[in-house]
Amino acid sequence: MDYSSQNIVIIDYGMGNVGSISNMLKYLGAKATISNDYTAIKNADKLILPGVGHFDKAMENISRQSLLDTIHEMALDKKKPFLGICLGMQLMCNASEEGNSEGLKLVNADVKRFNFPNNKDLKIPHMGWNYIQPQKQSNILHGLEEQSRFYFVHSYYVDCAHENDVLTKTTYGNSFVSSFEHENLIGVQFHPEKSHRFGINLFKNFLQHY
Amino acid sequence: MRDGGLVKTVKFSKERYIGDPINAVKIFNEKEVDELCLLDIGATSEGRAPAYSEINEIVSEAFMPVGYGGGIQTMEHIERLFKIGVEKVIMNTSAFENEKLVKDASSVFGNQSIVVSIDIKKDMWGQYKVFTRSGKSKQKIDLITAVKKMQDLGAGEIILNNIDRDGTMQGYDLEPIDKVSKAIEVPLVALGGAASIDDFVAAVQHGAAAVSAGSMFVYQGIHKAVLISYITSDTLENKLLNK
Repeated sequence: MDYSSQNIVIIDYGMGNVGSISNMLKYLGAKATISNDYTAIKNADKLILPGVGHFDKAMENISRQSLLDTIHEMALDKKKPFLGICLGMQLMCNASEEGNSEGLKLVNADVKRFNFPNNKDLKIPHMGWNYIQPQKQSNILHGLEEQSRFYFVHSYYVDCAHENDVLTKTTYGNSFVSSFEHENLIGVQFHPEKSHRFGINLFKNFLQHY
Repeated sequence: MRDGGLVKTVKFSKERYIGDPINAVKIFNEKEVDELCLLDIGATSEGRAPAYSEINEIVSEAFMPVGYGGGIQTMEHIERLFKIGVEKVIMNTSAFENEKLVKDASSVFGNQSIVVSIDIKKDMWGQYKVFTRSGKSKQKIDLITAVKKMQDLGAGEIILNNIDRDGTMQGYDLEPIDKVSKAIEVPLVALGGAASIDDFVAAVQHGAAAVSAGSMFVYQGIHKAVLISYITSDTLENKLLNK
């Protein structure tokens, strides 16, 4: 498949290294632009919202760069395929226990902190490889085998208001939402760009089926 | 890694050039490696900070999590490494010379992302001694006290690197793996000597939570031709999980 005609934009708001994401897309034959430019984002066919770091700091950066309206327009009005990764997924929600800022409010969900009072063996952050269990059919999971592993690093998790938005769950202490999908909006808690063939498969689906 | 090139040592010396790290990472991507550990063995001895731009480039090419060690001396170093996308930082010399750094780093960045590597070598009486500075500086502290101390300071993971076995491909020395894993609660990663998947199984049976190797993945055959290889995850899971 030739994905070179697609205009993929990785939204750069100054949090974390997005090199692996663009390299994985390049590996698949797609070209991604890393940008915080309003025009570039507006002309995108598909958007990726990455992120590592603090929720409030990320929202502050997004607001300061006046990207809020553009993201809303592309994700909600134009319904462009939109993939949030790790903190990017959490930013798509209403709010987070990590901070006081409002989220992007693209998906009706809240972000909560892991808390394991009865099990001191479970460390926070949840860090390492873990499995995902599909909760519904989706093209983004196409071709992924039953025991697909992804790499996680996070202290907060997403709690969806609507059960039908939940795409996969993962067990760490309890079962939590490791990805959601609502219309054109996808969020993954894990790092596909650090999950070798499983991540490559997921990005390929994002390029091919959306 | 030394001077931007990939090298492999035997017993922490006899450095042999393996190739360009970016190329190696690309091959490790193809091989679906679960985690990469990048150690700049020149940084501390040359008294310099991590080579951020090179590390940045390597991390950007890696389709798997990367741990980095070498020349880390301050909280600023660590912060910058996380900023360029390293998942874990690995400390050896600085962990012993500046214990506060392990403590501060694990409380700010989380225990999970702070790894202490402990280099050991047997003395003439068969006692395991702890070394820093690329195996050049012997520490007075006893091995078990050292690992417990690092765990208490906040290290979320301990790499037990056996200098006597480094690059020898004679199999892991199981005795210290057994002793250390019984003394600590955090995961122990065995390093030094692995030549086959049976060595991995043995290390896990003796208490290692994870296994790592260098020579085994970069050399091929008895003449040690450079050829990067890896084991399929199916084989690994079958052998390690159904042990």
